[in-house]
Amino acid sequence: MKQEMTGAEIVLQSLVEQGVEVVFGYPGGAVLPIYDTLFKQNSIKHVLVRQEGGAIHAAEGYARSTGKVGVVLVTSGPGATNVVTGLTDAMMDSIPIVCITGQVPQHLIGSDAFQECDTTGITRPCTKHNYLVKDPNKLSPVFHEAFTIAKDGRPGPVLIDIPKDVQFAKGNYIQKEKIIIPSHRLFEPEIFKNDEKINEVVNLISKAKKPIFYIGGGCINSGPKASELVSQFVEMTEAPATMTLMGLGVLGSSHSNSLGMLGMHGMYEANMAMHECDLLINIGARFDDRVTGRLDAFSPNSKKIHIDIDESNINKTIKVDVPVVGDVKSILKKVVKVWKDNNLKTNKSDLKLWWDKINNWKKIDCLHFTNNEKEIKPQYAIQRLYELTKDKKTFITTEVGQHQMWAAQYYKFEKPNRWLTSGGLGTMGYGFPAAIGAQVANPNALVIDIAGDASILMNIQEMSTAVQYRLPVKIFILNNEYMGMVRQWQELLHGGRYSESYTDSLPDFVKLAESYKAIGLRAKKPAELDDVIKEMINTDKTVIADIWVTKEENCFPMIQSGSAHNEMVLSKDQKQDKLSAEKGKILV
Amino acid sequence: MNKSVYDSPETTAVSRRHILTVLVDNEPGVLARVIGMFSGRGYNIESLNVAEVSNDEHLSRITIVTEGTSEVVSQIEKQLLRIVPVHSVSNLDEEGSSVEAEVALVNIDLNDSNKKKIYEVCDFYRARRIENENNYVIFEIAGASERINRFIKEVNQITKIEIVRSGPVAISTHKNTKEE
Repeated sequence: MKQEMTGAEIVLQSLVEQGVEVVFGYPGGAVLPIYDTLFKQNSIKHVLVRQEGGAIHAAEGYARSTGKVGVVLVTSGPGATNVVTGLTDAMMDSIPIVCITGQVPQHLIGSDAFQECDTTGITRPCTKHNYLVKDPNKLSPVFHEAFTIAKDGRPGPVLIDIPKDVQFAKGNYIQKEKIIIPSHRLFEPEIFKNDEKINEVVNLISKAKKPIFYIGGGCINSGPKASELVSQFVEMTEAPATMTLMGLGVLGSSHSNSLGMLGMHGMYEANMAMHECDLLINIGARFDDRVTGRLDAFSPNSKKIHIDIDESNINKTIKVDVPVVGDVKSILKKVVKVWKDNNLKTNKSDLKLWWDKINNWKKIDCLHFTNNEKEIKPQYAIQRLYELTKDKKTFITTEVGQHQMWAAQYYKFEKPNRWLTSGGLGTMGYGFPAAIGAQVANPNALVIDIAGDASILMNIQEMSTAVQYRLPVKIFILNNEYMGMVRQWQELLHGGRYSESYTDSLPDFVKLAESYKAIGLRAKKPAELDDVIKEMINTDKTVIADIWVTKEENCFPMIQSGSAHNEMVLSKDQKQDKLSAEKGKILV
Repeated sequence: MNKSVYDSPETTAVSRRHILTVLVDNEPGVLARVIGMFSGRGYNIESLNVAEVSNDEHLSRITIVTEGTSEVVSQIEKQLLRIVPVHSVSNLDEEGSSVEAEVALVNIDLNDSNKKKIYEVCDFYRARRIENENNYVIFEIAGASERINRFIKEVNQITKIEIVRSGPVAISTHKNTKEE
């Protein structure tokens, strides 16, 4: 049935049919018709942010904590350019987003009109796909395709640019089920013939003496069932498993096979096991440079299996022996079935020797730190935060830097989709708006943004948003008055010259919170920490907890740039050898 | 083998010329997506050619000549396939036999003293005269890039010329069911 309506009404109708409940946005001249339509309806809630960059991170937080598509609505020109960071972030971390931007009316395109920019041109490399819709009749097909593309295969952001005249013009709405998307525009799993490869995978695993699972964010994107299957398979093989920053929560932290996170600030035992294994089973990870360290020394003696939905990740940086292209859930289902049907087992005595070795590495206790009674150690702050929140339904978001790594190391995640952090792009300012998005999606959960004093200032304006919508988001600032990770690299690689990394003239975070009519708390001494955390958790309002921590604490263990997994530095006193330090300096 | 800053410098694989043909939906921005991927990921384009090949289905074929090791070129192919409007990518060098050709238009400054010699060269290379205004004569030559190179070299020795070249297009000699 054809229905004639305005472009703006078609936009809203498409969102409703796609099951969208919340839109994060900011109005402006070129989206006024859509905002006008929004005003006249009740099915979609709009969350007004304070800067468009906040809208897209909030949509990311919403998407990550629910597995649904996050939706953003912003105006042309600066509205569109302000979402570029978030689009790139969603692209790197594979987060499904549909971003709607207004555009100047078509007759003004190309004339350098007020608030005009080449939105599709600017966002082409940082979206999975984008559209400029010039005909209201094409709006609904574009929207339905956009939602499918955002979720399909490896998820990512999709942008739809709509000139203002198209929002006013009349056109027909076409229902979702009437839209046929040609198969080449989507991920086509059937072209990868995986069945033989799956036999190869189970054979290699059953024969391995020193296997290790290397689990990434793809397992989370594949849905909670994928995480269950991965845990189940890891248990069946009795092999150790390590997770990337994006993969934390796939296997519970307390799981006996879990070695925790690997990579630059990963666990010593995880990195050593990666280096010494004879079979590496990568499930949904992409051999990121934060994980691999020096490529020519990466896991030198292992056969490598790589399960990934994005074929371009295969052999991109690390050559693998058995690539399997497809969705983790559907592949693991088959793997588990073949393993069970053939009654396969790993060799008990080989695995025993392997675990003995790993348990010896564990004895190093790489996360050890020396507590003291005068200053709050940042590691201790996270440990206490974990202990006091572990029994609640808690979502943790982070900004980027030392606090992010300490959160990854000391907070223990038992479930997928509870840990939201900017991994690929490393966007400071991500965590707070992402927490807002997660709280909107999970109104009764405890949502905490673990932040640094520098990062939090990058999107501090969103305090207004949190307070306006009565979102009881908690901001837990590890305040060391530095851009901690920059300072750490300057200490380790640049002779301690702290060029521009001291955050001078910080606001009084307690008063800052109060000025937004939120709650501000502060802990200066270890003795005050527990009370502040408890009060923070028990307050049903937006809270900033300003935790004063040791200023020049470093984040260890660490694989310095240009080093290999077996060259981890465990403390400040253990220096990287000079040659690789020089080589590493030019890397990021 | 790859573009990562963590790359090991000891890669010694041979880099050579490849012809990729990419079948795409002819929609706005599709060429920008393809060439943007090349520049964004640091790959080379030696020449590029694009035209619609089927009007009713709105399909265009892009022919790209690039240089790289087989690992790099395979990565290029996979990155191209990620682009939503891309139907298929074929590396013609890997498919075995293919035919390639390009077109050049040459504007030659002709006068009585060089006329005879130039016509001889043009006849030899089967360059076709297509336009004549004032003293300028324009020739069209089509064929393998190598042959066009030789033609240009010879004419250049006789007189001043201006050239425009299309860059090669190529097609597989195997039957392909997915084509127009």
